[in-house]
Amino acid sequence: MKAVNGAAWLILPAALVLAVAFLLPVGWLLSRAFSFPEPGLQNFALLWERPVYLRVMMNTLIISAIVTPVTVLLAFPVAHLMAHGSPRLRRWLIFLVLVPFWTSLLVRAFATAILLQRHGVINSFLIGSGLIEEPLPLLYNMTGLLAGCVQVLLPFVIFPLYSSMARIDPAYMRAAATLGAPPVRAFLRVYLPLTLPGLITGATLVFISTLGYYIIPALLGGARQQMISQLIQDQIATFGNWGVAGALSLVLLAITGAMVALLQFTVGLREIAR
Amino acid sequence: MTPWRLLRGTLVVMVAVFLLAPLAVVVIISFSSAPFLQFPPPGFSLRWYAVLFSTPAWTNSLGVSLQLMVPSSVLATVLGTAAALGLVRGRVPGAALITACLMLPIIVPGMITAAALFGIYRGLGLNGTLTGLIIGHTVLLIPYVVATVSSALRVQDVQLEQAAATLGAPPWATFRHVTLPLIMPAVLSSLLIAMILSFDELIVSLFVSSARVRPVAVQMWSNLLGDFDPTIAAIASVCFLFALLVMMADLALRPGRSLRIG
Amino acid sequence: MPSAVLELAGVRKRYDSLVAVDDLHLTLEAGEFLTLLGPSGSGKTTTLMMVAGLQQPDAGRIMLNGVSVADLPAYRRDVGMVFQNYALFPHMTVRRNVAFPLEMRGTPAGEIARLVDEALALVKLPDHGGRLPKQLSGGQQQRVALARAMVYRPALLLMDEPLGALDRKLREQLQLEIKRVHRERGISVLYVTHDQEEALTMSDRIAVFDKGRIEQIGTPEELYDRPATRFVASFIGDTNLIGGRVLGVADGVCEIETAAGRIAASARTPLDAGSAVVVAVRPERVVLAPVQTGGAGLEGVIVEQVFLGTSRKYVVRLADGAEVVVLRPISDPPFAQAAPAVRVSWAADKATAFGG
Repeated sequence: MKAVNGAAWLILPAALVLAVAFLLPVGWLLSRAFSFPEPGLQNFALLWERPVYLRVMMNTLIISAIVTPVTVLLAFPVAHLMAHGSPRLRRWLIFLVLVPFWTSLLVRAFATAILLQRHGVINSFLIGSGLIEEPLPLLYNMTGLLAGCVQVLLPFVIFPLYSSMARIDPAYMRAAATLGAPPVRAFLRVYLPLTLPGLITGATLVFISTLGYYIIPALLGGARQQMISQLIQDQIATFGNWGVAGALSLVLLAITGAMVALLQFTVGLREIAR
Repeated sequence: MTPWRLLRGTLVVMVAVFLLAPLAVVVIISFSSAPFLQFPPPGFSLRWYAVLFSTPAWTNSLGVSLQLMVPSSVLATVLGTAAALGLVRGRVPGAALITACLMLPIIVPGMITAAALFGIYRGLGLNGTLTGLIIGHTVLLIPYVVATVSSALRVQDVQLEQAAATLGAPPWATFRHVTLPLIMPAVLSSLLIAMILSFDELIVSLFVSSARVRPVAVQMWSNLLGDFDPTIAAIASVCFLFALLVMMADLALRPGRSLRIG
Repeated sequence: MPSAVLELAGVRKRYDSLVAVDDLHLTLEAGEFLTLLGPSGSGKTTTLMMVAGLQQPDAGRIMLNGVSVADLPAYRRDVGMVFQNYALFPHMTVRRNVAFPLEMRGTPAGEIARLVDEALALVKLPDHGGRLPKQLSGGQQQRVALARAMVYRPALLLMDEPLGALDRKLREQLQLEIKRVHRERGISVLYVTHDQEEALTMSDRIAVFDKGRIEQIGTPEELYDRPATRFVASFIGDTNLIGGRVLGVADGVCEIETAAGRIAASARTPLDAGSAVVVAVRPERVVLAPVQTGGAGLEGVIVEQVFLGTSRKYVVRLADGAEVVVLRPISDPPFAQAAPAVRVSWAADKATAFGG
């Protein structure tokens, strides 16, 4: 086998398809930011000047920033039990988390909507048991959006976190105990730092995913929760404004790219692939 | 049972309910006899499934989904497997960079890919065509196949292929008799993953579809934006069942690796 | 007509800035068992890989049966290879594994069955044909690997630390197995190992590697009794290394002055008077006598005596603090006192002096 052997050519078909059917179109779209309707940077100026654009962009970042810690916090006990519970319990938990993981986003968003409606399951239950009198507004607002995002993204944090936790040698915690660390301190100073790769991976996945979400905010969020992807869709479908759409896409891509680079820098992409 | 254990247990139960209750409710409502989304349903009925399979809009979309799912997943699996082989065994300089590029469709937000394809398709007349949808889906699916198959290839001992060479097997024979059989579970698994991802795909499909050529996911979406009745719950349950079956098949193929990515 | 099965001339290989193999010259005669011995990273496995065709040399010639293999890919070379981790195809039965090379060569089915039976009989596993590799023990797997590598009667058998993954007892058993197969078939073998005991047991000749170069090639006795370099002397077997300064050289024997007395050793490389040297002498070649007996040698005190069954080991501390390990047969009378003063000496031709 010489330095680069024949097998290298096998990459070509996939690379070609991706270049033509993905890189080219995306490049085209991004270039429209600078060329539609006229060459120049007006579209970016528009983004900066018009309050609606800035608001939506800030909103998107804030929403992602809220969803991420909530998801991570809820994922932590599940991953912990998965990693340190009995093998039988672990199998059940993995199965439990896999089932929604494999189910489509749309189905899960729809299912969450049913639960949160004014006359949906949760409200019916709360009113029926006399805990409240008026139905709670759980849908078409931040609550609904949060519930939907967390629902869908939990497995994306649980699995990397579990992966990291499963790799922690129990000897470390035992050593911490024999060295005189009370359980809480041992947890904070020894365990938590060791779960960091999985935690950062999961958190970044959640953040990036939420940034680009369209279906969930459209289905479960309200007008005040509009996110960048909805704006892009709007600009194209309603206004035919490819320039602004391109500019918004560029901004979204830039933020996503920055987060991925951060992840690569701190944890390394190989780690995620496991 | 320490207080921490209790807290952990409670939280886990809450999360489990949170994750599964919605799906359970959907399935239950799909069997409801009432024409609105009431829970618990007043009675048991299969009428919504009947409606589902007798309404042309739904049956057409199921047909489109099938015609879309099979070619794109097969194409993605073939192209992705070849690419994985080239990347892991080909000793290409910059393989890491090429891999990163191949992974882009996963990282780039779906809306951007969808808008981009829609824009380019307008000039090519590919919007509202099955071909356009197939191309779009294939592009989205290739990264998953590459990730899954390269993962399996990396685990496989390269010495096996070296041994085959010293035993007189030319490269094609080595691939056919040694490499392929050993990565077959991963290849089949990626095929399954690709199929379900194609079936569930909404955003690109939304842009590229037309009224006549639309997969199930888009049909569901347009129904959801109006008033929904339990028919939607029925199709959602069908999707859910399909997902379960595929998941079981994948678990049977690769008992150790239960994660969808890699 | 050359009788050499394998010939390497001026072979060189580098990985970026690291020189893995440097200017290698080696000849393997037909039917010979030649071992490449050395620490990890010394280039022995790289050499084997180049002979197999799994890696390409940067310079030099490799000839198999007088024919250059430069343009021959691995799958066209007439060699059989056995790997440290067996490399048995996990999805094929033992029979299919062994039959694989024959299938690649288009051997007719009837012939294949006969040859596979013969090969399995050779490694004493005639009834294991239907099993999968994972159902076999490590030793059995390695024997199947051996059968597979030999079933098509290659001109040369390559073995890359084949016993490294096995425990000691199994290793010794398989060493004998491999030697037996070698004798029965008369096949030429190129063997790689870092275990010098293994090399001494099994080889007709040994090539000692260090940092990509061959330090010495010779029979086990030659390497043991007449090491050419300090590296070979200390790598093979146990050796005492004693520092000193040359007083004079005559007829290949040099007189050396050390802090504990004068000693003699043979000089295989030219040494100048006054230069610093290290003398290498095996523990069993050292003679121990009470210091009162006089004569040439180094003076010291016995600080440790260990009973080893067939021999006794003594550790003697010399005047300058250096220690000499001595191995005497059990028939030699032991020393009665607690820490007796002794004189250690040896015949000049049993020790070698190397430039320090």
